[in-house]
Amino acid sequence: MSVSGSNSRALPWALVTPALAWTLLFFVLPFIAMGLSSLTAHEGGGFTLANYSQFFTDPSYWRAMVNSLEVTATVTVISILLAYPFAWILAEQVPERWQRLALMLAVLPFWTSYVVRSYSWLLVLAQNGVVNRALSGIGLIAEPLQLANTRFATVTGFVHFFVMLLTLTIFANLKQLSPSYRKAAADLGAGPVRTFLHVVLPLTLPGIMVGAFLTFVLCIGDYITPQILGGNNELVMPQLVMMQIGRRGDFPLASALSIILMAVVTIAYLACARWLKIERA
Amino acid sequence: MRAIVRIAAWLYAIAIYGFIFLPVVMLVLFSLQATSFPIPPFTGPSLRWYQAVLSDPRLTSALVNSLLVAVLSSLASVTLGFLSAWGFARFVLPGSALLRGLITLPLTVSYLIIGMGLLVLFNWAGVPKSLIAAGVGHVVINLPLCFAIIYSQMGDHQINIERAARDLGAAEWKVLLMITVPVMAPAIFAGFFLSMTFSWDEFVISFLLTRFDTTLPVEIWNLLRSGLNPKTNAVGSLVFAVSIVLVVFFELTLLRRKPA
Repeated sequence: MSVSGSNSRALPWALVTPALAWTLLFFVLPFIAMGLSSLTAHEGGGFTLANYSQFFTDPSYWRAMVNSLEVTATVTVISILLAYPFAWILAEQVPERWQRLALMLAVLPFWTSYVVRSYSWLLVLAQNGVVNRALSGIGLIAEPLQLANTRFATVTGFVHFFVMLLTLTIFANLKQLSPSYRKAAADLGAGPVRTFLHVVLPLTLPGIMVGAFLTFVLCIGDYITPQILGGNNELVMPQLVMMQIGRRGDFPLASALSIILMAVVTIAYLACARWLKIERA
Repeated sequence: MRAIVRIAAWLYAIAIYGFIFLPVVMLVLFSLQATSFPIPPFTGPSLRWYQAVLSDPRLTSALVNSLLVAVLSSLASVTLGFLSAWGFARFVLPGSALLRGLITLPLTVSYLIIGMGLLVLFNWAGVPKSLIAAGVGHVVINLPLCFAIIYSQMGDHQINIERAARDLGAAEWKVLLMITVPVMAPAIFAGFFLSMTFSWDEFVISFLLTRFDTTLPVEIWNLLRSGLNPKTNAVGSLVFAVSIVLVVFFELTLLRRKPA
């Protein structure tokens, strides 16, 4: 692919060096700084593994990781279950020329800011919010339910966002399926249900896995939704990280917790790598 | 049977659209109410809280800051991304795959960890918190995106046009400015637009790396401390309106480009 003359050996490096330098200076170097910081004592500054051992021995820190994993798993499963039929309806039941509009409409609410979108759920779920007003209005409840500042609120806010994301990935996958697969299944005598279970569903599995992986990564690393909707009753990992910086300025512990969080995401990536590769092929 | 499936599909789609739109409708509806709590029952339209937002210097200056950071960091991201994409697509470089992997690596790391890393580094190097620090962080998250978009669009047929220009005696910088940039304009525009939206909406990095002068998402976050607040509704609705105008504009310009 080389089209350069031999006189311009310096040009390609001049083109790529700024981007590489930026990445090294402001991504790799910070990461090394974080790694070094995580091995430093907050008081005094000597070498220590205490920041890591604190995570593994203090049950409240463990609890945050367990909460993170539980919330993320719940969100991923519920989002897939809600998004798959929706994507299927958009791809199969909505006439072709309305599909673009239907998708745009589904994505529209996400063009407000992420922080504001989480706050909007607070309006819905608050003590005197719409849900409680409606439920007491029709006489189902006497006292307002505690919906905000709970795990339920965190999961709702997350599911709202990830249903949109998964709808997009699954919709794209369904549209890529060649209709001849379905015709072949029908010709061989399979009914619509069997065709779906044995042909369509397995072929859209890569799309589901990519969406699930994205959901996992974005969900487990997010601070905004749990902080606004879950409150401080039950912490997840990003809240724990932010707390170390905000309250005590404990950068070493915050660094160690960040690195542990990143290790968990890496493990998830390796577990999904097989599926993510299939999608790319 | 088919009719039942159709009706069930319609009902399901309506339920999901309802779920998706519920919070946003509440946001906008109760931004238009004069009472000091954005809660039902709705008591009639008023622009009181929009006035309060537009006359709040903290919010308006945060808005200007956000726009500045978004435009400048996106320009930097798209420039660095374009130059490196061009370099990697047109020339054979040793270790090319590894270096391309390095540039796209930040895409796999959460914003919180990128922000934390920069905070630790800047703290250690004595760099004070500022909008510039936040802008640097935004380039870190958007450069890989611009690179990936532009690199994936650099096909062989553009090489031929560039080769023709070179054969006709154009200098390398002339090829770049007069051939490659115009040909790649859609990808460059897409990279810039996406960077703008991500920077405009980015919270955690700005939260960690700015102090007094800050961006709109961080200022909105500060408003949230007071709980349910109609001012937050009004700001949120304004951000929403601006985004929709941008999206519609983007759709129209892209659609218009299609026949070409």
